[in-house]
Amino acid sequence: MTDPLVSARALTKRFDDFVAVDAIDFDVHPGEAFGFLGPNGAGKSSTMRMIGAVSPVTEGTLTVLGLDPDRDGAAIRARLGVVPQENNLDTELPVEENLLVYGRYFDLPRAVIRERIDELLAFAELTERRRDLVDHLSGGMKRRLTIARALINQPDLILLDEPTTGLDPQARHVLWDRLYRLKQRGATLIITTHYMDEAEQLCDRLVVMDKGAIAARGSPRELIAHYATREVVELRFAIGSQEGAVDRLEGLGKRIEVLPDRVLVSTDDGDRTVADVAERGLNPASVVVRRSTLEDVFLRLTGRRLID
Amino acid sequence: MTAPAVRYLESRALVYRRTWRGSAISTFLNPVLYLTAMGMGLGTLVDRGAGTVTLEGMAYLTFLAPGLLAATAMQTSAGDASYPVMAGIKWARTYEATLASPIGVNDLVLGHLAWVMVRLTVTSLVFVLVMAMFGAASFGSGLLAVGPAVLTGMAFAGVITAYTSRLHDPQGLAALFRFGIVPMFLFSGTFFPITELPGWMHPVAYATPLWHGVELTRRVALGLETTVAPAVQVAYLVLWTVVGGWLAIRFLHRRMVS
Repeated sequence: MTDPLVSARALTKRFDDFVAVDAIDFDVHPGEAFGFLGPNGAGKSSTMRMIGAVSPVTEGTLTVLGLDPDRDGAAIRARLGVVPQENNLDTELPVEENLLVYGRYFDLPRAVIRERIDELLAFAELTERRRDLVDHLSGGMKRRLTIARALINQPDLILLDEPTTGLDPQARHVLWDRLYRLKQRGATLIITTHYMDEAEQLCDRLVVMDKGAIAARGSPRELIAHYATREVVELRFAIGSQEGAVDRLEGLGKRIEVLPDRVLVSTDDGDRTVADVAERGLNPASVVVRRSTLEDVFLRLTGRRLID
Repeated sequence: MTAPAVRYLESRALVYRRTWRGSAISTFLNPVLYLTAMGMGLGTLVDRGAGTVTLEGMAYLTFLAPGLLAATAMQTSAGDASYPVMAGIKWARTYEATLASPIGVNDLVLGHLAWVMVRLTVTSLVFVLVMAMFGAASFGSGLLAVGPAVLTGMAFAGVITAYTSRLHDPQGLAALFRFGIVPMFLFSGTFFPITELPGWMHPVAYATPLWHGVELTRRVALGLETTVAPAVQVAYLVLWTVVGGWLAIRFLHRRMVS
């Protein structure tokens, strides 16, 4: 097996007394899409910043591309593509010049940058907007431009911090499609997200983070198989009647989670559970049977939901 | 291979190619307005009154112009080292993008300060051109004065970058201009010799880099004697430049690499 591109052992980040990342271990291998799934404040971005060699490691060891970020930060950053959580494009410049300026940061000759700009704009579906100011782009276009910019140096490793947060569903799907293509070309991606569907779509392997620590790890399918049941029945009750109904659900399925607006029953046979609910004389306002997701895994692990 | 700081400087120039129109008019108009209002308007009154005794017979416009050149350099520097830095850190977050590349904080600060120097050189050259148009100084002696004017501006660039690197909102910048830049502009010998001020204010003026810059610029442009040896004044301005640059690297590092 080839050496991992990123390797962390007991990796820790502290800000004064606050422990943002608490002694985590992980390896990211070439060609895989590796995810950090967790709610806001779980330590995902702090981990990304350490991998990106812009935040010193407090304790433990971290190797990125075989190098030590504290010592060889610039050499590591030269081979990374970074898509930050918030867009940080140069709004005073047109689309193509954002790529030109960024390419020069990597000391690429202008002729090389010009060639890559054409390719990257085509990839980001922004060729027609190349002379427009960044301010005039939609949220999805800005995001795609930020990704294109991160690819200007043909990075060995791409870091994507919450790549689709704040985008509408259609823009998210376009972006997923682009990231999927990168994956197909053999790129190595590290993605943080608090969307379980994003993690399911993009990640080959992921770790679930909570309060700075890793709560579980595996492929999306393994995690669901291990921590969740095959299906989940979502029951919504008329306002005010949920509390009374919950008592009468006892014993149904494998586990029952009561959320403020609905009750989730984890089960291996959704239809069977729905029939049981009716048999007990309960009449929910709505019943949905669905596959288990990573959200259910997270709920099981932490007792909380990913997005509050 | 180009040094990282030079690459950052180059990026500032690329951005400026898109945005120069915004500052071009004020670069030219500012000296025109000041030299008209103060140099010619107020100057006519001064030249008729007692001012000429203090100024030893020199026309007020002639006295004012080099001082104003140095003071304008300070203002240009303060402008370029404050709001754009806050934009880089906080508003557009372009510093975050830059520092994710091989460019480090040292490179960014050095490139940024080099860019301020380029801007100071350009604005001072325009100022000298206007000075010559007004007949306040010959173009030749004006050109020589660009050097001390740029040095005056640079004495502020690092310190103000450092100060801005610690701010979390722009109120601090408004305060910097209100309580720092504007009083210095008015009371550091630009418009009148500081000997006209009450004695207790003299040490305050001596402490400001602007007073040294004004004296130095005036000496080069007009051949006036400086209060202290010019080498001391140059050293004082260089000290501010270097310490300011060092502080800027330190504070921006603390802000961006955490």
